[in-house]
Amino acid sequence: MQFEYKVEGGDFTQAGHASSQIKKSLKQLGVDSSVIKRVVVALYEAEVNIVAHAYRGVIYADIESTGIKLTLEDEGPGIPDVEQAMRKGFSTASHAVREMGFGAGMGLPNISENADNLSIETVVGKGTTLRIEIKF
Amino acid sequence: MKVKEIVDLLSLKVYSCEDSLQGEVTGGYASDLLSDVMGHSKEGQVWITLQTHKNIMGVASLRDLSAVILVKGFTPDDETVKLSVTEGVPLLGSDMEAFELCGKLYEVLGTQK
Ligand SMILES: Nc1ncnc2c1ncn2[C@@H]1O[C@H](COP(=O)(O)OP(=O)(O)OP(=O)(O)O)[C@@H](O)[C@H]1O
Ligand SMILES: [Mg+2]
Repeated sequence: MQFEYKVEGGDFTQAGHASSQIKKSLKQLGVDSSVIKRVVVALYEAEVNIVAHAYRGVIYADIESTGIKLTLEDEGPGIPDVEQAMRKGFSTASHAVREMGFGAGMGLPNISENADNLSIETVVGKGTTLRIEIKF
Repeated sequence: MKVKEIVDLLSLKVYSCEDSLQGEVTGGYASDLLSDVMGHSKEGQVWITLQTHKNIMGVASLRDLSAVILVKGFTPDDETVKLSVTEGVPLLGSDMEAFELCGKLYEVLGTQK
C-alpha cells in the first residue's frame, strides 16, 4: 500500500495530518500497537520538521507486510551539519516556532530512537531527504 | 481513575467532549515542548500544558493521551477545541499553575487506583 502527502512549509495547521492518516491505516491493518506508536513518533517529527524548517515537501509511505518505509523529501535550506542536528537540544527553530513549543531539538533524536533504519541525505540550499524504516 | 473523576476532584473546566469523559487516566505528563511529549508521554496519561494551539490535540491524539489540561486559566483556540472534538480527546482547563495542578493530580492518582 502506498500513500503520498504534500506538506507546506510554515503551515502548522496541517502538521500531523500524514501521521494521523498512517496511524489509522496501520490500525486497520492490525499492526502491533507498540510498532504503530514508533511509526507515529518518527513520522510526526519528520513531518513537523518540513513544516518548521523547509519550504515544502512530499511524504511517501510504503506499507508492506514486513514493515513500513517512509520517505520525506523536502525543498529547503538543507542541514549543514547532520551530526550536530542529531544532537539532543540542537535547534535552529525561529522564535515564533519555539513559542509554540517546537524547537526543543528533540525531533531527530526521537526519530532515530524509534526507527529501525534512518538515513538523511541533505544538500545545503536545496533540500533534505529522510528515509525511515520500521519493521513490523 | 476516569477523566470525569479528575474533572470533579480538581474542579476542572471542560472545553470539549463533555459527554465522553470516560477514558481511563493512567498518569500524567507535564511539558510545554511538543516533541518532548511526542517522544516520552505514555498512552492514557493526561497532558498538562500552557500551549493552546491546535497542534497539542494532534499530539494528544497521536499518542493516545486521555485528556489535555490547560493551566493558569489559558483558554484554547477555537481550532484546538474543534480538533479535540474530532479526535475525541477531552480538553480541560484550570486556573491553577502547573506546579500546583501537577501536585494535586499526583495526589489523587496516587491514592486511588
Ligand atoms: N527538513 C529539514 N530541513 C532543514 N533543516 C532541518 C530539517 N530537519 C531538521 N533540521 C535542522 O536540524 C535541527 C534539529 O532538528 P530536530 O527535529 O531535532 O529539532 P527541532 O525541529 O529544532 O525541534 P523539535 O523537533 O524538538 O521541535 C533543526 O533545528 C534544523 O536546524
Ligand atoms: Mg523537529
